Amino acid sequence: MTNEDALTIPVNPAEWRLPSRRKMAVACLIVTESAMFTIFVVAYLFYLGKSLIGPYPAQVLETPIISTICLLGSSLTIVLAERALRQEHRGGFHFWWMVTIFLAAVFLGATASEWQRLITVHHLTISTNLFGTTFYSLVGLHASHVVVGLTLLGLVLVLSMRGHVKKVHQEHVEMISWYWHFVDAVWIVVFTVVYVIGR
Amino acid sequence: MAFQEIALPQTPGTTASITERLHELVVTVDHKKLGLMYIGTALIFLIVSGSMAGVIRLQLAVPNNDLVSPQVFNRLFTMHGTAMVFLVGMPIIAGLMNYLVPLMIGARDMAFPRLNAFGYWMFLFGGLLLYFSYLAAPGLSGHGSAPDVGWFAYAPLTGRAFSRGHSTDYWILALLVSGIGSIVSAINVIVTTVSLRCKGMTLMRMPLFVWLMLVVSGMILIALPPLTAAQIMLLLDRFLGARFFDTQAGGSAVLWQHFFWIFGHPEVYILMIPGFACVSEIIPVFSRKPMFGYPLMVAATVMIGSISMSVWAHHMFTVGMTSVGNTFFAVSTMLVGIPTGIKIFNWLGTMYGGKIRFELPMIFCLGFLFQFLIAGLTGVMLAVAPFNWQLSDSYFVVAHFHYVLIGGLLFTIFAAIYYWYPKAFGRMLDKKLGLWHFWLFFIGFHLTFDPQHIAGILGMPRRIYTYDAGRGWEIYNLLSSIGAIFQAAGLLCLVANLLLSLRKGKPAGDDPWDAWTLEWATTSPPPEYNFETLPEVRSRRPLWDLKHPEDPDWKYE
Repeated sequence: MTNEDALTIPVNPAEWRLPSRRKMAVACLIVTESAMFTIFVVAYLFYLGKSLIGPYPAQVLETPIISTICLLGSSLTIVLAERALRQEHRGGFHFWWMVTIFLAAVFLGATASEWQRLITVHHLTISTNLFGTTFYSLVGLHASHVVVGLTLLGLVLVLSMRGHVKKVHQEHVEMISWYWHFVDAVWIVVFTVVYVIGR
Repeated sequence: MAFQEIALPQTPGTTASITERLHELVVTVDHKKLGLMYIGTALIFLIVSGSMAGVIRLQLAVPNNDLVSPQVFNRLFTMHGTAMVFLVGMPIIAGLMNYLVPLMIGARDMAFPRLNAFGYWMFLFGGLLLYFSYLAAPGLSGHGSAPDVGWFAYAPLTGRAFSRGHSTDYWILALLVSGIGSIVSAINVIVTTVSLRCKGMTLMRMPLFVWLMLVVSGMILIALPPLTAAQIMLLLDRFLGARFFDTQAGGSAVLWQHFFWIFGHPEVYILMIPGFACVSEIIPVFSRKPMFGYPLMVAATVMIGSISMSVWAHHMFTVGMTSVGNTFFAVSTMLVGIPTGIKIFNWLGTMYGGKIRFELPMIFCLGFLFQFLIAGLTGVMLAVAPFNWQLSDSYFVVAHFHYVLIGGLLFTIFAAIYYWYPKAFGRMLDKKLGLWHFWLFFIGFHLTFDPQHIAGILGMPRRIYTYDAGRGWEIYNLLSSIGAIFQAAGLLCLVANLLLSLRKGKPAGDDPWDAWTLEWATTSPPPEYNFETLPEVRSRRPLWDLKHPEDPDWKYE
């Protein structure tokens, strides 16, 4: 080759595509959050059956079937909402988005009433025993992620009502959906550990 | 066009008043300014917590000394360790990544400039929070001062019963805050590296510096959250009466050790790999040869990164694990020696047959190679569980990790400062003063830490406040303390050099070292937009290709 070849552009701009920044960042966030949840899950498993005094999980925990269905279902409805946005179907987007928010709220409400029952009826608090300590911190960490997700979902709804969410914001919405799927996936782990293995 | 406005030539600091300049620092989102702010702040913390080490050495210089009280001594080594890891090591690394990664991959800034600024401010305020504990930790109860539980804050010493007042709370909160800063800057580096590389820069054409920093950032993502999680648990214990580490209620003090070291050991590599990153850029340039075994270097780094996640309990051989546990962690720890050995041989291979130029960065790298080898060897010694039972918690361990972090990491940081300072400020650092720095620091370092190996073998435990005469430790401690004076003098030469050369240094030009990576293609200091036109690369050494069109690298890669 000649010298000129060394200095001309060898790569076709169209061929030089790198992953989206947004997707990479959210993927990294999910990785780092997973690492944190792992430690709380390990602590829960490590302390299973190590409480010196009651109440014990088998005595007081009830399997939260309905709220689990709601949360997992919301992963489906958020995908439907995304699809509606992609097809520029505003009504559909709003509908499925609100259903998602509703399902998330039901989940949080169920957690709240479960905690209320545990505290007032069974007198289980975070300082009662190791079960209380690990239960409230693991479930609470997950619930706080649901709260963050609910805030984001609400924010998008408000912006969308005001007409600020368009098809170009598809990827923004998709990122919230990624986060939401992550929160759901964590719940599957928490559910298995706390309500299936832990009882 | 907005773009032209950014592209105006700038003459910073000529007319701006001091408040305007400060304002500029507060509002900036430029990766270069933030990078220098990280490094500058870290150097200030280095001097502060280095002085604390100085007081420790004064206290230990002679037997039965009572220069400081035992309580103050506990605070000193806790603050020294915590600050050196979280407020010096981590931010210097963040600073180097911030400054260099975008320049090396031909980008105009980091992927998320504002997040980047957020990371810096989190680190700064986390650091201030840690030192603020001296004033505020007594709180209303009047107990406590600065944290005094050691940098790893073992339970149950950190429980409310044993650590009254708020000293431990400050330790937790300061590290939580600065930890968030580290995580966001790691995310930023990963996204920048993956998504902003200039045209033609495939992964296997990235400078090794960028590769290694990418691995480090990945490790931060996985290794830091365990610390955050454990600290949240400790906070719950201290404020809400949770039982995580409360042995009275069946909680486990050993669990804290596991959680801490799941973070703590990868952290050592998080600190060390950036040192490798700098060396891997500097040695080739001053040997006038391309890096020997580039793909192997990448593979070895990824190997170190992954193995380092499974070695943590070698800090806990004396806890009383099962023999299976001991064997596993001893073996996995020794495994790390393999990729690390590969790296040392690759650096030697790069120098072999090269036309070595003994400039300051290279001299510091040579010091690093020699010292890091010894640090690695004592590391393998400590990985042998029975040997570890004998020497755990002795000065041998202190000597070992100071060999890693000073003899290894700090020497490479110095090399990096001498190498990239001309790029950042447009002026060369003074060679004579730099040589003074090297020799004073080199002698001081060996005088301080070589005797500590022997003191440790003779049985001197870590973290003791004083010791009786007649145990045979006196001479080694005295030598150690004298060495600290030399180190301080060396550091003074560096600080003087940094400040003096800012005005009086020889103008550097764009490419003073005749180097090959993209940061040398732009001006010194680089303009705010880094590159007028985004570069385009065809090999690992784009500037070589540019300077030698008759014999470019891309023909052979």
